[in-house]
Amino acid sequence: MAQPKKPIEQVERVAIRFAGDSGDGMQLTGTKFTESTALAGNDLSTFPDFPAEIRAPAGSLAGVSGFQIHFASEDIRTPADQPDLLVALNPAALHANIEDLRPGGMVIVNSDAFTGKNLERAGYDGDPLPALEDRFRVVQIPLTALNREAIKDLKLGTRETDRCKNFFALGLMFWLYNRPVESTLRWLEGKFKGKVLEANQRVLKAGLHFGETTELFPVSFSVPKAKIQPGTYRNITGNTALAWGIVAAGVQLGKPVFLGAYPITPASDVLHELARYRHFGVKTFQAEDEIAAASASIGAAFAGQLAVSTTSGPGFILKQEALGLAVMTELPLVIVDIQRAGPSTGMPTKTEQADLLAALYGRNSDSPVPVLAPATPGDCFGTMIEAFHLAVKYMTPVIVLSDGYIANSSEPWLIPDIDTLPRFDVEYRTDPEGFLPYRRDPETLARPWAIPGTPGLEHRIGGLESEVDTGAVSYLPENHGRMVQLRAEKVARIAQDIPPAEVNGADRGELLVIGWGGTHGAITSAVNDARAEGQDVSSLHLRHLNPFPSNLGELLERYKQVLVAELNCGQLWRHLRAEFLVPAESLSKVEGQPFKVSELRERIDSMLGGRK
Amino acid sequence: MAAAPTIAKAKDFVSDQDVRWCPGCGDYSILKNVQKVMPELGVPKQNVVFVSGIGCSSRFPYYMNTYGFHTIHGRAPAFATGIKASRPDLSVWVVTGDGDGLSIGGNHLLHTIRRNLDLQILLFNNRVYGLTKGQYSPTSREGMRTKSTPQGSIDHPIDPIAFALGAGATFVARTVDVDAPHLQEILHRAHAHKGTAFVEILQNCPVYNDNEWLEVEDRKTRVGAALMLHNGEPLVFGPKDARRGISIQDGVPSVVDLAADEDPIAAGVAVHDETHRSPSYAFALASLARPEFPLPTGVFRAVAKSTYESMLQAQVDDAFEQRGPGDLRALLHSGDTWTVEA
Ligand code: SF4
Repeated sequence: MAQPKKPIEQVERVAIRFAGDSGDGMQLTGTKFTESTALAGNDLSTFPDFPAEIRAPAGSLAGVSGFQIHFASEDIRTPADQPDLLVALNPAALHANIEDLRPGGMVIVNSDAFTGKNLERAGYDGDPLPALEDRFRVVQIPLTALNREAIKDLKLGTRETDRCKNFFALGLMFWLYNRPVESTLRWLEGKFKGKVLEANQRVLKAGLHFGETTELFPVSFSVPKAKIQPGTYRNITGNTALAWGIVAAGVQLGKPVFLGAYPITPASDVLHELARYRHFGVKTFQAEDEIAAASASIGAAFAGQLAVSTTSGPGFILKQEALGLAVMTELPLVIVDIQRAGPSTGMPTKTEQADLLAALYGRNSDSPVPVLAPATPGDCFGTMIEAFHLAVKYMTPVIVLSDGYIANSSEPWLIPDIDTLPRFDVEYRTDPEGFLPYRRDPETLARPWAIPGTPGLEHRIGGLESEVDTGAVSYLPENHGRMVQLRAEKVARIAQDIPPAEVNGADRGELLVIGWGGTHGAITSAVNDARAEGQDVSSLHLRHLNPFPSNLGELLERYKQVLVAELNCGQLWRHLRAEFLVPAESLSKVEGQPFKVSELRERIDSMLGGRK
Repeated sequence: MAAAPTIAKAKDFVSDQDVRWCPGCGDYSILKNVQKVMPELGVPKQNVVFVSGIGCSSRFPYYMNTYGFHTIHGRAPAFATGIKASRPDLSVWVVTGDGDGLSIGGNHLLHTIRRNLDLQILLFNNRVYGLTKGQYSPTSREGMRTKSTPQGSIDHPIDPIAFALGAGATFVARTVDVDAPHLQEILHRAHAHKGTAFVEILQNCPVYNDNEWLEVEDRKTRVGAALMLHNGEPLVFGPKDARRGISIQDGVPSVVDLAADEDPIAAGVAVHDETHRSPSYAFALASLARPEFPLPTGVFRAVAKSTYESMLQAQVDDAFEQRGPGDLRALLHSGDTWTVEA
């Protein structure tokens, strides 16, 4: 990169939102900017927000796709409530996003797109830009024309030419924030050939040079490296971390992995990712439906595999009957529900945490299943190893509740040293001496994992109630009562493998904010900000939702007030009140969007009687 | 303790569970014949897995002293898919019924057949729901009066053989619960076939749909009511002195009466070809129904096609060969990384 001749101003943190039509390549632009920012050594957090339709009508509000990135020289946990800079490639993108922009923030628009038809489609009567000048710094750039000019001699078609303009914008952003361009150039070389490669390379550089020469930008900015824990990092999304956690579980437990899945947003990426790892002995099976995906996985578990089925809300519900069978036959299985806004089809690409009660209670009869929830994108990795470990140790299905937000958002991830990852020896039963299919380990209450192919252990299992120890079909009243109790007790005993809950903040006090899953970043940020201002508030994030950590009840009693914040209508809140009889309050949000830090702060302030 | 002997007898395949079908149920005969055939297949019994769904027939695994999995309604083919895809070394048998396999489980049956996993699927067809006490099933005849159809069923039934052919089955056969030699022969053929072997077994339910298949079960009437399919032989049925044959023109079958010494082929009777290039020939056979036609029994179609589990395993082996065994450290460090110094 050429030495910038303009002055560089140093800032501590910046949030940028890229917005355009869903065909404009905003997700790709955001991802490339993120990769470059990660390599620049900043801490970061991203939030892709896009419509479910692959191509909604061009220029319409429904078709707007956005990608927000927050990066800083300090520790950050959220994609930021308000962007400082909005890049809007058309009027609809401006209309859908402008009210989120920080007052006084900068908006860069593609002025070529602000024409009659586009304005109309975006719901504007006339040019909205002049009116915005009072509140924001509006920078108009004829992106379409500049882009065409840069590659006109390549004689690509108009559509192909115009498709490059997001890379012009990306180049400009690289200049404006002094990001390294090399990783994107490398990526282009691997992705395209010939004229298309040249066009994208040229446009990217044209964007950079435009920043350097235009008078629109008197300064550029830099964000110093973050002071974070030493080690080797990579940028990772929740879904990638989750898929790699599954691969790692196979390695660490020394058993082959089988994934049964059916395509569903936002879980399909896990299937795509795992399909690439056959050389790890991973077998993926794209089933005819969600039910078959779960059923095939349970079949594989019976046959001795580390079996997993990944899905989202509507698919999760379809798997519940099969899950009940896994409870009854006590087979190890991991079901991952990457929750999305519902009910029914709901808003497939938007996040929510509303499947908790379905996970805990959504099967017929008393059917206890352990439930885990990763807190951040990177945390999905370790959660999957833990889920498999619990599944095989206790011979039980385990549910992992991820969500659309952590699935698609990304953060820098300190790559774990694989020598320090937990390793578990998993033994199949081989000794026929004294074998009974439901004779339990006295400590874990797990039954033996006796897989087909083992001589002398031939046995039958099924959905009918089994006799204690022998597993023979039994309709005896006392036996059923005993088995229901044993299944519950077994899951309850998992608490012995769960670390005690740890509070962020003070170990007692005025207010405790409890959260679970992908709200971790927003809750922790809000609580830390409040504490920095002297407020008596702490937070507790639950990764284990069934069973709870054994110290949870005792912890709750140490705070005068408890607030449960979650992206549903109070599911954990209800559950905690029922379980511990605490007068907890609920903060719920169901808009398909993650919490803003400010929303949490407001509630904390009001519960503490205002800011100090 | 020593491993179980690999040379087993029929009784080695009998489990310790009391068999709980109604007296006279056709399932008894099927169970006995399966237990008889098992030791003849040369598969160590620890490598045999029986998988079933829900229904009378689906109690089957409990009575087999092999590995067994009694699963949920209609889903047995999906469970079996997971077992076979992950463990190609196992001999996997699915037992299902007309309700389990063709109603609630139709989707799974279709897709399992199309993938051609090397499974044996035994569909016991008694044309009624037994376990739920006698409602009509998807194979019940139109007009059948049951508790749920007091004025007679208005569903058009589905034919299991045509269903399997439509799904692209590579092996399709029909046999009869009480015809022991035929049933055993078909079980041998099904096991020998590489790919999904779909076998419809006509089964009597004396409690809710007695004598549904009497004509083909009874030795005396069978000669005229059943058309025994033999590969390479003309489609001839009936007693020696009143032989008849089936001719198929443009996919439409018709009955041809044969004189005492008449050559059936010369008389236009079709010659059975299990490996016929087009499944439409087998479809024509599947359309033969009582009382107009004899009911064919035997192997309708047997063709070779690669199996799902072998192709999946080949992909695993290929990936292993081309990329070497998976290296977790390399995976986690793939792509762009950066190091923060202490
Ligand atoms: S109800 Fe019919 S099919 Fe079921 S066991 Fe009794 S006789 Fe057999």
